[in-house]
This record gives sequence, C-alpha cells and structure tokens, in this order.
Amino acid sequence: MLEIKDLHASIEDKKILNGINLEVNAGEVHAIMGPNGSGKSTLASVIAGKEEFEIKKGSLALDGEDLEELDPEERAHKGIFLSFQYPVEIPGVSVTNFMKTAINASRKARGLEDMPANQMLKLIREKSEMLEIDRKFLSRSLNEGFSGGEKKRNEIFQMAMLEPKLAILDETDSGLDIDALRIVANGVNKLRGKDNAIIVITHYQRLLEYIVPDFVHVLHDGKIVKSGTKELALELEEKGYDWIKQETVV
Amino acid sequence: MDLKDKLLSSFIAFENNVDLDHPVHEVRSEAIKNFEEKGFPSKKEEAWKYTSLNGIQKVDFSIFPKKENTLEYKDIKKYFLHEIDTYKIVFIDGVYSSYLSETTHDGVDVCLMSAALTKPQYKQVIDVYFNKVASKDESLTTLNTAFSKEGAYIYIPKNKVPKKPIQIVHLATGNEAALMLQPRNLVIVEENAEVQIIERHQSLTGNEVLTNSVTEIFAAKDANVDYYKVQNDENTASLIDNTYISQKDKSVVRVHTFSFGGKLTRNNLNFYQNGEYMDSVLKGVTILGEKQHVDHHTLVHHAQPNCESHQDYKGIFGEKSTGVFNGKIIVDKIAQKTNAFQQNNNILISDKATINTKPQLEIFADDVKCSHGCTIGQLDEDALFYLQSRGIPKKEATALLMYAFANNVLESVRIPELKTRINKIIANKLGVRVGFEL
Repeated sequence: MLEIKDLHASIEDKKILNGINLEVNAGEVHAIMGPNGSGKSTLASVIAGKEEFEIKKGSLALDGEDLEELDPEERAHKGIFLSFQYPVEIPGVSVTNFMKTAINASRKARGLEDMPANQMLKLIREKSEMLEIDRKFLSRSLNEGFSGGEKKRNEIFQMAMLEPKLAILDETDSGLDIDALRIVANGVNKLRGKDNAIIVITHYQRLLEYIVPDFVHVLHDGKIVKSGTKELALELEEKGYDWIKQETVV
Repeated sequence: MDLKDKLLSSFIAFENNVDLDHPVHEVRSEAIKNFEEKGFPSKKEEAWKYTSLNGIQKVDFSIFPKKENTLEYKDIKKYFLHEIDTYKIVFIDGVYSSYLSETTHDGVDVCLMSAALTKPQYKQVIDVYFNKVASKDESLTTLNTAFSKEGAYIYIPKNKVPKKPIQIVHLATGNEAALMLQPRNLVIVEENAEVQIIERHQSLTGNEVLTNSVTEIFAAKDANVDYYKVQNDENTASLIDNTYISQKDKSVVRVHTFSFGGKLTRNNLNFYQNGEYMDSVLKGVTILGEKQHVDHHTLVHHAQPNCESHQDYKGIFGEKSTGVFNGKIIVDKIAQKTNAFQQNNNILISDKATINTKPQLEIFADDVKCSHGCTIGQLDEDALFYLQSRGIPKKEATALLMYAFANNVLESVRIPELKTRINKIIANKLGVRVGFEL
C-alpha cells in the first residue's frame, strides 16, 4: 500500500530523513520508535504532505501512485490520515461542523454529493459512542480548551469518521492517562481491517501493549536502523535507545 | 462653503429650536467656540496621521433632515437583533421613531436625550453627568456637544437590572443626497446596577451619510456594563464614534466593537478609571475589504491603584482596505498594582491592504504589569496543514482559520444571540461554509 524508497528530506537545508525504506501492506500495523529528534514526526509530516519539508531524493507512493506532487488535502482524499501530536485549536467551529466540512470536502473530491444530514448524525453518534465521547463535547469548539487526553481522543474520533486507508498516529499516547489510553487503543483496534493499515509512532512501548504491531522499526538519525516484530519494542524498552545508538556506531 | 463654515452657520439655525436659557446651552456655546477655533482635525496631527477627513469635508451634507421619514419594520428587521426581546431606541435620519421604538420608565429610564435635556425631572442628573467625561477640547467631540439635542438616554438606578438588553439603532433613509447626523447618548449605571446595550448605525441606500456620535457612560461602584457596537454599514457611510467612559470602584465595563463595513470609521474609545479594583475590557473584530477604512484609537487611563484593563483587537484586511490601531495606556504614579494588557493581531490577505498599529504606553508607576503585543502576519502554517490533512482544500482551510482567528474575541460576548449573529456575519465575510443548524 505505502511504499517509501530511499527517502531523503530536509527542512531549510537541514537534513532530517536520510534514506528511509519502508513498505506497509494492507492489514498491517507498523510501529516506528526512536529517540527524540530521530525524525519520527518528520516522517509522518512528509507522508501527509507538509510543504515545509523538501524531498531531496527517493520516492513515496500510495497504491503505486507517487505522492510527492500531491497537496495534503489530495492525500487525505486518497485515504491518508495523520493523527497529530499537537492538534490545532479552532475557536468558533464545533467538532461536528468541522467533521461535516471535512467529510463533505472528501466526498466532493470523489465526485459524491454531500452526506445527508441524518446519515451524518448517525455516523457521528456511532463513532462517538465507540470512543466514549460525550455528546456535549461534539458541540464544543474544535480542540479549544480540550485537555491533552481530549485532544487525542478527538483525533481518533476524526480517524473513525474519515475511515482512512492509511492512518499515521503521531505520539497519540503522549498526554493520555491509562484509562484514556485504553479507550483510544480500543478505538484504533476497531478500525483495524484487512483493507487498511496503521503506522504507530511512539517513544514508549506502553501503547504497543494495546495496539499490537506486526512490525517494529527503530529510527535513528533519519534512518531505519533496525526492524523486527513486536518483541523488538520490548527489547528497546529494556535496553534503552543507547543500545541502538551504540549498535549503529559499531 | 466648506463643511466647517456650514456647521457654524447651522448652529445659528439650531439655536432657534432649543431653550437658550437651559444651562446645557451654555455648554453648547462653549463647545461651538472650541470647534470654530480648531476645526476638523488634519493629518498633521499625530492622532489623525493615518485617517484623512479631507474627502468628507468636501461633501455638501444636510445638517438637518428636511422632513420626517418613516420606515416599515419588516424592511429593516434584519438590522435589529430580533431573535430576542429588547428595548429599542430607534432614530430615522436623526429623528426619534416612536413607532419602531420600545422605551421604558419602569424602574429604569430607557428613553430620549431630547427629553432628558429639556424636562425638569432630569435636570439634576443632567447637571451632574452631561458632558462631564466627554472631552472639552477634542474638536469633533465639541462639535457634537454643540449640536447635542437627540440620542439615547439610559439611567439605571442602584441595584437595578433592566429586564432586557437595549438596542440603539440609527437608520438613514437616503432621502437626503448627503446627511450628517450627530447623536448624543448618555448612559448612567448606578451602584451595583447592570446594563447591556447594542448600538448600530445603518444606512439604507448608497447616499452619503456622516455620523459624528458621542456617548458618555458612567459606571458607579460595582456596576456592570456591556456595550456592543455593530459597524457593518454601506460603503458610502462614515462614522466617527467618540465614546467616553468613567468608571468607579469595582465596576466592570466591556466594550466590543465589530467593524465590518462603512467607508470610513473612526472609533475613539476612552476609558477613565476613577476608583480601585475595576476592570475595563476593550475588544474588537475588524474585517474589511474594498477601500474601507477603520481606525481604532483607544485610551485607558489608570488613575488609581489595583485596576485591570484588557484589550484584544483582531483585524483581517483584504483588497485595498486600511486599518489603524493606536492603543494608548496611561498609568499614573499612584496607580500601583495596575494590570494592563493589550493585544492587536492583524492578518493582511491582500498585497494592497494596509494596517498601521501602534501601542503607546505612558507608565509612571513602578509596580505594574503591562503587556502589549502587535502582530501583522499570515496564517499559522501548522494550523493550515492540520485542516488540509483532514481533506479541506487550502482556500477553504484559510477561510476557516481566519474565522477562528476573529472568533476568538467573541468569547466575552454575553448575549448568546448576538454572538451567533456576529459569528454569521464573520462567516459570510470570509466565505466560510460552516453549518449553524447543529
């Protein structure tokens, strides 16, 4: 589904990604771990199409289609979703209205009519119940005054509403207490299916106890330095990132 | 004849219709002398550097409407906040319309300045408050004072709260080719009393209108005042709004100014804090296009210790529009423990739009917290990316972010229906399609 080959990316001439190779197939969950500053969030942003990053070399494709020239919204229309580490606050636009705008923008891009209001309400009800989100929450302004946990839960709610082909969860576990983490992870697990894929970016192994990955990759200095199965995450937790750094040097 | 000369000669005609023996007339006579001496402010004056009144002075304005005009409510309903029940003081071409108004004397006075300035039962209040906080040397204020005769008079006695908000609406029919209006409002809110007021000036045609308005507001101890100015006029209407507020101990006065239209708008908003532990709140949203011009000149004078002021003005300028923000804060030497905050953020969405923004702080006390920030910029790229990543195209995402940027100021609006109305105006101005039905 997602094919990344020898990807090099920079911001203002500062090299951040130095030759990433990654293949993600439908039905798979990949975890990307790594120390701070290793390029995890940059990789997420580059896949989602953030303009300030420049691709210097390599390629990035979804279902065989090159993504490089596509705007972030076009990538979203093709089914890419990024759950943000720091979601943006939008005063005056309710969660519900925001979701309606987003869903209908995607439908329009696919040549579909706006989703009928009753169908939209039903979908909102269904997905908010799944994530144990209070109805009152949906009429509040998007992310405004939300706690860290509420913001993250709201990101996964958006993911559930948009039903992406490829979801990238950037540090979704940060700022979550254990109960919220469980609810969010349950939500994500319900969205797992044979036709979609998930990339989980995390610093800690904790989230991976709930969202069990098929593959784990370790990012260091903008490169994947080690790949393995879920056991790799446990090993990392035990030995720390210094272990990877030392191995890389050797 | 230029406008100044016309006004001076009109004053003689004006005197034929007022009681020359009333003490207020002495105030008027003093005021016209000041205006005669000073005339209209020019761009050479620092306070008028970015706003020119030259164009206005060339227009042949009628100083008094030739005849009384009437309007059907259904034709002008949209200019009222009709979603809720309110008291209304309505003027058509400067003349009071009893048919469109709903005044009261039930525990509070919501009525006319013309009554207050002539009837004996108001004399005591007029003696104490009329022209007591308005400037006696600023030329446009004195011009208004000279012609002061009609406007809104609101008196809220101790511990009283009116049953509903009050709307002051000035309508210009356009039956005159060009009309000048000079409403004069007086608002007195006594100890522990409250009031909510919405003011709007609306021109109904493309004929030229110039309004030079003065409002004096007195907030006594523990009083709570909300004043909302809705400025969304035609491109041939100009407004000079001079508002003077005197506050006493523990009072809270909030003025929101929503500037979305008009040819030239100048808001002179002046707060004088004459007590302790009070709060002055000044908020503004300005969204302009075409060749519209809005100039916000604010003054907060902290004259006593332990007070606060909060200013937050947001502006979005498109096409060839121009904006000015000049925020002056004075903290007297004895006004220790003052907290004065000022924020002015602007977004320019056209290469030909201009904003001039200037904080002006004069602080003579040493134990104060004063912060100010002016920004002129583009939209937050991270926020734009967030919306685009949800599938919202860049153009729509940009509009949505501007909407959010402006909307932030509405938090402190305490009439929910007004908040919704302003929300809708902002959404329309920015071309944002967000459903309000949910």
